[in-house]
Amino acid sequence: MNGIEVRNLSKTYDGRTYALRNVNIMFPERGILSIIGRNGAGKTTLIRILATELMPTSGSASVGGIDVVAKPAAAREIMAIVPQEARTIPWMTARQQVFSYLLYRGFPYSEAKERAVKSLKQLGLQKYTNKLSRLLSGGTKRKVMVATVLASEARVIFLDEPTTGLDPISRRELWQLLNKLKKEYLIVLTTHYLEEAEYLADTIAIMESGRIVAMGSMDELRKRAGQQYSVRVMDERRPKLPKGVRVVRFDGGYQVLTDRERAFAISNALMHEKARFSTNPVSLEDLFYYFAKRSINEDTEEQGDDEW
Amino acid sequence: MVNRKRSVWSQILASVLVNAVYAMENYPIMFVNTLLSPLSILIVITFVSHGMLIGFGIEGALIMTAVMSGVSMQGDLSHLKNDMKLQDMVVTSPTGPLTYVAGMGVSEIVFSLPVLVLLVILASIYIQPTLMQALTILLVIIVMFCFSIALGFLLSTLTTDVMQSWGFSGIVSVLLSTIPPVYYPISYIPMPFQYIAYISPTTYAAQIAQAAMGYVSVSKLNLVVDWIVIVAVCIALLVLGYKKARWREP
Repeated sequence: MNGIEVRNLSKTYDGRTYALRNVNIMFPERGILSIIGRNGAGKTTLIRILATELMPTSGSASVGGIDVVAKPAAAREIMAIVPQEARTIPWMTARQQVFSYLLYRGFPYSEAKERAVKSLKQLGLQKYTNKLSRLLSGGTKRKVMVATVLASEARVIFLDEPTTGLDPISRRELWQLLNKLKKEYLIVLTTHYLEEAEYLADTIAIMESGRIVAMGSMDELRKRAGQQYSVRVMDERRPKLPKGVRVVRFDGGYQVLTDRERAFAISNALMHEKARFSTNPVSLEDLFYYFAKRSINEDTEEQGDDEW
Repeated sequence: MVNRKRSVWSQILASVLVNAVYAMENYPIMFVNTLLSPLSILIVITFVSHGMLIGFGIEGALIMTAVMSGVSMQGDLSHLKNDMKLQDMVVTSPTGPLTYVAGMGVSEIVFSLPVLVLLVILASIYIQPTLMQALTILLVIIVMFCFSIALGFLLSTLTTDVMQSWGFSGIVSVLLSTIPPVYYPISYIPMPFQYIAYISPTTYAAQIAQAAMGYVSVSKLNLVVDWIVIVAVCIALLVLGYKKARWREP
């Protein structure tokens, strides 16, 4: 497989602390795989193993058909990473940043020079070409980092929380860029912004405590949860709802996650009650909460039915 | 891109540009700093000794420039690794650890070029070494440079932030530059403190250079021991750096 294939991948520290537990992933050679999860869920550990920066304790992983554990040098030919908290180097211009990275990748001097200018132009950054990066805005710096790895001809790009700290406009601009790029590249993206994963990803992997607790497209995740719709009641009073419906407190009101038919029935009931409510397809935030919570409950052997 | 031929020279040049050329080009203050640090001690030694120790001073400054390259590289690598995450990006690229370190080492030489040129000019005026003497000093400088670069890389891969790196720099500076008698003969240090000076490999390097110029009298056996010490320490650190430095983390 020329995409990503991960089988029973685990990483432990001191033989006791699990950073990853039996992670399995299959992803094709193009598109965006987004890994979401709480802080410490294992996202960065997974991405660092795939990017050959960290050795796993057990299991196998291949990227672009190359075993990243056994053949890291070959894997590094086809991949590039913008690590979490990576920064442009303040004493270098945007062009110097991209150019020097291309030299690290072994491009000849003149080709690296041409590619650097071309890549910055492709990303609409030509006016910053000769500007010192310490003078650039946070969003532009991030785009320069993306231009840096894109110039390299790597076909697998790892972006570890690329939009953290960006203002909403810069973030949207970067989304548009990534949306275009996913047709040509395999992009692995970790993020804390669930709307980002929902907007960009072809496949979303939800991580919790080092495990992938759910993986698939938004539709697949909704199907797997068996809950395609979210009904939110904006009222302090608990609504009268059909029996067997799980209700959870939500932002000063209540929320029901359910299937299409029940959502319709509940909406009808709420209309009769003249309650203030909204019915929408289940969002990634709802699904993330559902799967992560379920995993936590399994770990602690609590059912948590009172919450749902 | 998989079958593309990679240029090791490009990869080495990358480090030279990032760590030396662009830094000096865009921050000229760095250029001034490289000149000032080694020259300041040379000037003090020359003034205090009424010019008597200028030969020791120039030689010492040459050795110290080589030794301090490793200390500087440790800080630079740590900064680029922990603050900029450059090393993570390089790890996930076709550049290997040896090429990266070689490039960073060369970058430190480039960074030190202005002061090295100045010191060579001063040496040709004040100490006028013969070809053999110049070659001996050059060899000492090369060995000490390799030693300090290996030490710098090893320490940088073990640090997790710049504060830690500063801590290492301070300790290494004392061990390699404050304790050893680089700018003056070891006989100036009273006993039993001379034994402390022999903890540092720089002491042995300085002794070889000073003996080569005829400034101090050292037996042949002692000279052989001096060479064995600096070469052995250098090889040990290069091996240790290669084996223990964290490129891909375990």
